[in-house]
Amino acid sequence: MNRFGYTRAGSVAEAIQAFAAHPDARFIAGGTNLVDLMKYDVETPDHLVDITRLPLDQVEDGTDGALRVGALVGNADLAYDRRVQERFPLLASALLAGASPQLRNMATTGGNLLQRTRCHYFYDPATPCNKREPGTGCPAIQGVNRNHAILGTSERCIATHPSDLCVALAALEATVLVTGPNGDRRIPFAEFHRLPDDRPEIDTTLAPGELITAVEIPAADFGAHHTYLKLRDRHSYAFALVSVAAGLAMDGGRIVRARLALGGVAHKPWRDPAAEALLSGQPATDDSFRKAADHLLSGAVPRSGNGFKIALARRAIVRALRQAAAGTPQSQTDKRIQ
Amino acid sequence: MTTVTPFVGTPRSRVDGRAKVTGAARYAAEFDAPDLAHGWVVSSAVARGRIARIDTDAAMAMPGVLKIFTHENRPRTAWFDYKHRDQTAPPGHPFRPLYSDTILHSGQPIALVVAETLDIARDAASLVRVLYETEEHATDLAARRDTAYVPPKKRSGIKPPPKPRGDAPGAFTSAPVQVRQESRVPAEYHNPMEPHAATVVWKGKDGIVVHDKTQGAQNSQSYIASVFGLSPSKVQVVAPFVGGAFGSGLRPQYQVFLAVMAALELERSVRVSLTRDQMFTFGHRPETLQIVTLGAGRDGKLVSVQHDAVAETSRLEDYQEVVVNWSGLLYRCDNVALTYRLAQLDVSTPCDMRAPGATIGVFALEIAMDELAHATGIDPVELRLRNHTDRDQNEDKPFTSKELRACYAKGAERFGWSKRKPAPRSMREGSELVGYGFATGVWEAMMMKSSARATLTPDGRLTVATATADIGTGTYTILTQIAADALGVPMEKVTTLIGDSSLPTSPIEGGSWAAASSGAAVDAACRSVRDALIGLARGLEDSPLANIDPDRVTVRDGRVFLTADPDQGLAIDAVMAASGVDKIELEETVLPDPKTMLTHAAYTHSAVFAEVRVDEELGIVRVTRVVNAVAAGRILNPKTARSQILGGVVMGIGMALEEEALHDHKLGRVMNHNFAEYHIPVNADVPDIDVLFVEEHDDKVSPLGVKGLGEIGIVGTAAAIANAIFHATGKRVNDLPITVDKLLDEA
Ligand SMILES: Cc1cc2nc3c(=O)[nH]c(=O)nc-3n(C[C@H](O)[C@H](O)[C@H](O)COP(=O)(O)OP(=O)(O)OC[C@H]3O[C@@H](n4cnc5c(N)ncnc54)[C@H](O)[C@@H]3O)c2cc1C
Ligand code: SF4
Repeated sequence: MNRFGYTRAGSVAEAIQAFAAHPDARFIAGGTNLVDLMKYDVETPDHLVDITRLPLDQVEDGTDGALRVGALVGNADLAYDRRVQERFPLLASALLAGASPQLRNMATTGGNLLQRTRCHYFYDPATPCNKREPGTGCPAIQGVNRNHAILGTSERCIATHPSDLCVALAALEATVLVTGPNGDRRIPFAEFHRLPDDRPEIDTTLAPGELITAVEIPAADFGAHHTYLKLRDRHSYAFALVSVAAGLAMDGGRIVRARLALGGVAHKPWRDPAAEALLSGQPATDDSFRKAADHLLSGAVPRSGNGFKIALARRAIVRALRQAAAGTPQSQTDKRIQ
Repeated sequence: MTTVTPFVGTPRSRVDGRAKVTGAARYAAEFDAPDLAHGWVVSSAVARGRIARIDTDAAMAMPGVLKIFTHENRPRTAWFDYKHRDQTAPPGHPFRPLYSDTILHSGQPIALVVAETLDIARDAASLVRVLYETEEHATDLAARRDTAYVPPKKRSGIKPPPKPRGDAPGAFTSAPVQVRQESRVPAEYHNPMEPHAATVVWKGKDGIVVHDKTQGAQNSQSYIASVFGLSPSKVQVVAPFVGGAFGSGLRPQYQVFLAVMAALELERSVRVSLTRDQMFTFGHRPETLQIVTLGAGRDGKLVSVQHDAVAETSRLEDYQEVVVNWSGLLYRCDNVALTYRLAQLDVSTPCDMRAPGATIGVFALEIAMDELAHATGIDPVELRLRNHTDRDQNEDKPFTSKELRACYAKGAERFGWSKRKPAPRSMREGSELVGYGFATGVWEAMMMKSSARATLTPDGRLTVATATADIGTGTYTILTQIAADALGVPMEKVTTLIGDSSLPTSPIEGGSWAAASSGAAVDAACRSVRDALIGLARGLEDSPLANIDPDRVTVRDGRVFLTADPDQGLAIDAVMAASGVDKIELEETVLPDPKTMLTHAAYTHSAVFAEVRVDEELGIVRVTRVVNAVAAGRILNPKTARSQILGGVVMGIGMALEEEALHDHKLGRVMNHNFAEYHIPVNADVPDIDVLFVEEHDDKVSPLGVKGLGEIGIVGTAAAIANAIFHATGKRVNDLPITVDKLLDEA
């Protein structure tokens, strides 16, 4: 870990300014990812701009039932917010599926969006990695890739985005609110994270120096017809092998509208409007679910160690849609899969 | 057998519990020293080759850096290999940190940066630039299986496989029922909670005091003295608390070498702590590939047992453990052939990890036995009963005791084994398949030569001392119980001192022998003190105890009195004052009975029952119940004993379902070297664990009738879970850990 300077920002403007004043600054929020990466010499900032005192820690009601979540709202605080529990239970469920209570207490909404991949090579500076050091290669492609991506990969990088929260936000069609040296922007969630293509070192469309201020979530109308199903190698405190966020607008036994996002399978939460369209107007049967799953996974490419994820994801999608259709969302405390 | 009451045998909380939870207990990296310097280890990025250039200029230029040690400037150490060999070293050349430019495994320490503060050392370490000349390496055991060899020199204390008996291959060919199971246990890393660290306190001409993370303060001490050519009187190793070790603290590890080297060179106190990542750069449970072949009659009786194991070792040393012998021991069979070989990889030397060898070998045997039960249609427990033996056929000896059948019966009853429907996939609940699995566990019961000192002062306080360690197992507590009983004082009046090389000689704490060995030594020393006290009381003029037969005297509650008439007696302080002594201090040494060792075999046994639930569609496994019934001789403290079994079972769950060092064989490197990615069980993975101890009276195994409990809890657990998964799903997965990908049906 290198030496670095430190500024505690008192206002958003001050934070943007402090960031711009240093060639290699980073914002620090909960620090649960950034500090780890600094300990591994993966991130070597010359300056940290502490944003934890900024007034961005509120959950507020927006118009038309929308919710506006400040970037510094903690993952645990958000999961247990009454409005989130009542109106966005899918979001609460995804948050509680992630990490551990200690981490959720520290982690923030903005930090969760910007957490880096958990690829082993990315964390180990003794190895090459295109994401960490562009141009050095991607050893994961023929190495340890059990938990790597099957969708949207490139020959430069097959890493996944590890967040659970983001999978739910993708399904909920949230918007990321940012501000920066060039003013404010609103970024639709689907456009926030990017695929690795030939620039795997860039995770998102956020410009350098831009600060996330909030995430806006429009009202959801799934009622009880939602679920967050996370499959992993142990029953808590493990990243998803595959996760599914599903929300269905139902009319009796028929699906009116569907939202479906996958985690653990790509460099970003994976959604495909065409797969969701396949479900519209269909009866809530395994047959319909399988068609959507097949479509969503149609471009999947197995690597040496992660081929099982294709079958696992297909079944997880079917199971999650079954849970959502039945209005019996997956519990995050009872580890039996419903 | 000696009988002691009333503390021994009753559940007691840890005497060191409060110190541990309040932080008063100090671990190796928590000792302070004036002017303490801090070391940070730089680790090799490659698996094999040499250091062509190591550039430390930029790091040295950083203010606060004191010295950077590399192979180019390291101080001289002892020349001969034997000087670097510790009590538990396998045959070969012990690893010498910073010895030369040669790289023998990924993660090998190649430099130590010492600075005024930890932060400076760490920052500077990131500036050390290394140019490697790499050579082709091998870390894939399967690819090296055909290079396996029988180790030419045996490791001290490790029995090689017994010679074949009967004609196992022939008997197999003609056996009506034949079973063959190939299996693999991956490399696992101990990862105790406390990472390895050493704080070396520089005392000038008085030498050094070393706070090392170790399971044997005296083993560390003699290693340090021998490697650095110091007089043992100038090296004291003090390690009163150890935050878990599981075997990783048996051998002195490189942190202590580096810290001592730096302290001697800089003539200053130095601390070196390893990071969690660096905990993946030395000893580990060796990856082992096994084949077990069983031949049996239709009645399930074994007619042939063959067990072959190939385990990894390093290029330096032939690390060995007892993997296959269990298959000739556990069940009755007259035709047995066991083979154990090693294959060299470019890795650090493996080391003992909780129930070394048995954990691996019994896993292979017990899944094969389960398969045999399936093939013959005999209930798995009944199959074991039919093959029960009361003799160790490997050595043709009776057992000192063996209540294994009671473990089967009590465990099965508690578990509700009779509710098991025999056919795989025949039990389900909702979307989950339910499986009941069973396996036997076995581990050696050992006792080692051990000494202890007991000191009684007039205030009735008793201090007992022996060099052994408490690695979280409860040693402090049981020694306190034993001492309190021997002198009839409350436990609060006893101070137990351990973990210090200057205390009476004791073996390293491993092999589950501490309770039997140090316990007996403490008991013997306390009894001698008691006898001496009675002797004083009898010798006093006007004493009510004058010339009374010592057997008619009791020592309790600070008094020496006539058992038949407690009013006739004296207070301890009065006896000592009148005799003109200010303390009674005696040391005793105990040895295992050499005759029993020759004539008898001593083992601990267990029966492990597990229930799993497997989501039929998704292959997600939940372990929902475990019952472990253990026969381990006399149980000194049911509470700490139960904790040992619980810990063993939890580790067994990890072995079955989660633990695996994932290697990138191209880079020759373990890639999941942290706790986010190297999985061990979390609370959500651990179900109700029911531990029972069956009565086992054993007056031969050790003076107190104790067998030890640190390891038996893990043996059998992984097999019981794997067998339960087979029962639930009909799938036999022998390649640990059993992760979801191995259970998913082809889509
Ligand atoms: C062992 C472990 C297990 C975990 N398991 C899971 C899991 O199962 N599921 C899951 O979803 N997550 C998991 N996490 C990840 C955890 O959720 C993230 O580390 C956390 O959400 C990051 O939030 P933070 O506030 O601590 O971010 P920080 O570490 O402070 O920051 C992360 C990044 O975001 C940037 N940043 C932070 N806030 C802003 C902002 N407002 N604007 C612009 N940039 C910003 C920082 O500069 C930094 O680059 C796990 C983490 C660990 C260590
Ligand atoms: S998958 Fe991406 S992050 Fe991982 S090694 Fe390859 S380039 Fe680096």
